[in-house]
Amino acid sequence: MGKPKVATVWLEGCAGCHMSFLDLDEALVDILDAIDLTISPITDFKDYEFPELEVGIVEGGVGNHEQKEIAVKLRKRCKVLMAWGDCAVFGGINTMRNWIPKEEILSYAYLSTPSSCGGSPPSDSELPELLEKVLPLNQVVRVDAYVPGCPPSPEAIAHALKAVLAGRIESIPVALLHFD
Amino acid sequence: MAISRKITIEPITRIEGHGKVTIHLDEEGNVAQARFHVTQFRGYERFCHGRPLEEMPVITQRICGICPVSHHLASAKACDAIMGVEIPRTASLLRELLHMGQYIQSHALHFFHLASPDLLLGWDSDPPTRNIVGVVRQFPQVALMGIRLRKFGQEIIQALGGKKIHPAFAVPGGVSERLSIQNRDRLLKGFHEATEAWATAMGFLKKWWHENLTEANSFASFSSGYAGLVDEMGNLALYDGKIKFCGPKGEALGECHGEAYLDFIGEMVEPWSYLKFPFLKALGYPGGIYRVGPLARLNVCQGVSTPKAQEELEELRSSAPRWPAEGSLLYHWCRLVELIYALERAKELLEDEEICSKETRITYSKPAKEEGVGVVEAPRGTLIHHYRVDEHGVIKDVNLIVATGHNNLAMNEAVKAVAKAYIHRGQITEGILNRIEGAIRCYDPCLSCSTHAVGQMPLIVTVYDSGGEKIGEITRSIE
Repeated sequence: MGKPKVATVWLEGCAGCHMSFLDLDEALVDILDAIDLTISPITDFKDYEFPELEVGIVEGGVGNHEQKEIAVKLRKRCKVLMAWGDCAVFGGINTMRNWIPKEEILSYAYLSTPSSCGGSPPSDSELPELLEKVLPLNQVVRVDAYVPGCPPSPEAIAHALKAVLAGRIESIPVALLHFD
Repeated sequence: MAISRKITIEPITRIEGHGKVTIHLDEEGNVAQARFHVTQFRGYERFCHGRPLEEMPVITQRICGICPVSHHLASAKACDAIMGVEIPRTASLLRELLHMGQYIQSHALHFFHLASPDLLLGWDSDPPTRNIVGVVRQFPQVALMGIRLRKFGQEIIQALGGKKIHPAFAVPGGVSERLSIQNRDRLLKGFHEATEAWATAMGFLKKWWHENLTEANSFASFSSGYAGLVDEMGNLALYDGKIKFCGPKGEALGECHGEAYLDFIGEMVEPWSYLKFPFLKALGYPGGIYRVGPLARLNVCQGVSTPKAQEELEELRSSAPRWPAEGSLLYHWCRLVELIYALERAKELLEDEEICSKETRITYSKPAKEEGVGVVEAPRGTLIHHYRVDEHGVIKDVNLIVATGHNNLAMNEAVKAVAKAYIHRGQITEGILNRIEGAIRCYDPCLSCSTHAVGQMPLIVTVYDSGGEKIGEITRSIE
């Protein structure tokens, strides 16, 4: 049997959870050695055609239609789906837009800021449309393991990931849980 | 076969965020149009309305997990301006030190984790191993050095802000904590190993450069304006200074403090990208294309204030085919010159006798002004935060222009230049696609930052005929 296949994606987030994963530093080498990292922002695979995975990992909430499709595709292909960070777990800071109509946000950003000089607001078919609200991952697909934090500490990420790779879902020890 | 085709590269990988490239070929199979799309939008400029000013440095750093410190500092500076305060010298030193920590981690991340696979393993190497994992397997010592160098930068940030990502440190009026003598002494021990890691990276880069000279000099080379911060001497400035604008030949187009940025920069919107298109007002749109970031900063500055970095800058200037330098791959070299500057400068700051002083913050009563602008050089380029508030300091307007935004026209130009240079008569290989991505990767775009408005980067090559029917697809996928 080969190494467990893992994929990671970031959706409506800031990359901070992936950076916290990289903050495992030297310990990262052993983890990368123990898994087969397939699709991930730090590898070169194109498209989101996930292979059969042991673990799928999501950073970020779900804020547009493309992100929703990716979340659904990933859920179908993985045995265990992990939500990393407050955005995936709770929706996170990007949900601050949920109280404002999306048309108003778009029109402010593209037409009303002091440096705006005109042009047409984004509408091309190449661009995914926004959802009305930014959602936590478990409002879109079933989630098996949660690692909260903004971002979760490298230790919390390693703890949860090692448990999942060993076939267990463990809650994060209190000492590794933090609000900020 | 006389059909036109469209190629899509999606998602673009080993950059921070989400984007895609589409290339339209004409009937002869040559490039008719090439575009870099940013496909995500989040809405920070609007959803921060109504928040108290003091929250802004903590909220806006969540725009980006790679350069949170840049947003944190630009935001704090905009708040200082609104409150009308001059922060204590120690606070300024500590903010700059935090910023140098970020330069060390971010430039190390970009070189070792994201760009080195192309340089060490090759543009045309096997996609499944062309990543940091492949580098770890083939060059474990190099990978470990990169990891440790990045770690050193993150440790500086943690020593000041309590954590490595999204630290809570800068506040309007200064910083929240002093630096302890123990932490200062501990950090000072890290420079020897960090400098060795830098020297290894620079050695690899120069060797690669000389072995691939033709491509290195011509790759995505084009004319543009440049912008970056400089100090009173005209030297490279990363935390504070005036924004200097230069034309394609290095001719000065003007300088301004942050609050006058609107005299120089406007933003256009195109329907096909969530990322706006800043341009130089004096030259119009899209003629006012300009670049920011390592190449631009070293193009606009007179010199660098630290000795080793100045020596490296002189070598770079004498090696480049022209100066101002135009080739996009030179960004990698410039980034490493800045990396040694950040290391030297961090050490200078830690050795300053006031670095551990207790005077780290001054208080204020109410806003002195209705608006304020904070500007820093983020690792990827000039970052502008502009806020307006009411009489209680509650946010009314927010305008953010991030590094990747300034480079938007330039990245589109780079994609076009590479596509035209490598795609002829419809012949496309995976290595060509990777070069197109590589052109974007030179700019180290932070799509997390650029999508503060909304957005992400996606890579698939879809081929369309002239009638818009999909007739084929080239993708990189796994078995």
